[in-house]
Amino acid sequence: MKAGSRLEKVLAAGHFAVCGEMGPPRSADAQAIRKKAQYFRGYVDAVNVTDNQTAVVRVSSIASCLILQEEGLEPVVQMTCRDRNRLAIQSDLLGAAALGLKNVLCLTGDHQSFGDHPTAKNVYDIDSIQLIWGVDQMRKGKFMGGEEIKVPPQFFIGGAANPFGDPFAMRVPRLAKKVQAGCDFIQTQVVFDVPRFAKWMEEVRDRGLHKQVYIMAGVLPTRSVRALRYMQQDVAGVTIPDEYIRRMEQAADPAEEGVKMAVELIQQLREIEGVAGVHLMPVMWESIVPRLVEEAGLYPRPVVDDD
Amino acid sequence: MIVAERKPLKEITGMLQGKQRVLVVGCNTCVTICMAGGRKEVAILASALRLAGIEHVGEETVERQCDLEFLGPLTKLGEYDCLLSTACGIGVQLLSDLFPNLPVYPALNTKFLGVNEDLGRWSERCQSCGDCILDRTGGICPIARCSKSLLNGPCGGSQNGKCEVNGDVDCAWQLIYDRLAARGELDRLETIFLPKDWSHSRDGGPRRIRREDVAL
Repeated sequence: MKAGSRLEKVLAAGHFAVCGEMGPPRSADAQAIRKKAQYFRGYVDAVNVTDNQTAVVRVSSIASCLILQEEGLEPVVQMTCRDRNRLAIQSDLLGAAALGLKNVLCLTGDHQSFGDHPTAKNVYDIDSIQLIWGVDQMRKGKFMGGEEIKVPPQFFIGGAANPFGDPFAMRVPRLAKKVQAGCDFIQTQVVFDVPRFAKWMEEVRDRGLHKQVYIMAGVLPTRSVRALRYMQQDVAGVTIPDEYIRRMEQAADPAEEGVKMAVELIQQLREIEGVAGVHLMPVMWESIVPRLVEEAGLYPRPVVDDD
Repeated sequence: MIVAERKPLKEITGMLQGKQRVLVVGCNTCVTICMAGGRKEVAILASALRLAGIEHVGEETVERQCDLEFLGPLTKLGEYDCLLSTACGIGVQLLSDLFPNLPVYPALNTKFLGVNEDLGRWSERCQSCGDCILDRTGGICPIARCSKSLLNGPCGGSQNGKCEVNGDVDCAWQLIYDRLAARGELDRLETIFLPKDWSHSRDGGPRRIRREDVAL
């Protein structure tokens, strides 16, 4: 065990894991975090909390994670390189570990030009792969600068992978680098284009990477054709086959169709060799998580010791 | 070269408010080549300032405004309320050092170290990080040309060869990939690039070089 987090135990026991994701509020509203927590409790093995996603200021991931932990959930801290240099990142991670947080997802971070402070200076002192390397160094007892950490933070280290970004031929080598850097689990970009994802997984298996890192496929339930179109046209690195747009357009009840599509996707992804779990990203629709998990046949969640 | 762009006239006349004797000082080097602050642009700007009502506008263009050796002639010029430099920020500062009692205003925005891609098109190539890595990236700099200065490959936002931040900008990592693929050197992309030592960059404080071998 690297950190002994619940997520790590679920994956290590060979269960098909389910993670969720929530965006914290854009105000000092602890109640909003507690409210969203109820949709995940008992239905997922861990919940990611985003770190100023799309470069919009929100309650910090670590603070939100602590609230989720108080609510009895297992949080995954998201840590990006956009807003912090290596000093701030390590300091925050020591703090997270001291607060009992055990999972960290290492990301580069969305460019600030997309967010609510486009005139901000970005940091990018290190990138996501260097961050994974750095957190691995930390748990081995060394700061990125080389000095010793007397009480090393023990993290279960995650990274992201986007099988839909270009150049496609660099996507698996980049994953390999993350594994080499010390990554324990991967959460992918949302998958709609299952054939391309399957092709990526084939290359992943060819390199044996699925045996070195737990790969969780991203699934995004949506309830409107507008949201799907937005993602298809405006979100770089997301591909959505037209077939899904058509289905949503023709649906009498788009929310029902959205659930059906997400359940289908989960089932298709589960069939692919080497996929260790799913990562649900119900943007602005957290309340759908219980139903989704139940209909996908993933409820109840496994019980692991020390729960 | 250093690539610069002239500030809007309104901003320049705003700086010059109340000044009636202005000397516009151009530079014959980079800003001449990028058509922002050479002799010709000095003449155009001087005319515009006269039209804007400034009584006396002088024009002078030196060979290199970043080199004291070429600034000598300026010290013999007549009476001016201020200087307006059409050089890069380096030229503006050196003029300020040379004339500490006169305000020296910048007429340009210094944009980047870059190349002339085509007529009227310039783009950035170097951020002068002080520790060149181009041997590892196929001669294409991800620090200057990737929006996030990533050193280990493209982010998830690279799409059809373009950067997610701006669809007009090439993804630096797509360019690096294509070049290394053509050279049969893709194995270079499998090695982790550890955190960079930014102390050679501006992060280490203002930089200077001292060379005893060429010092007097």
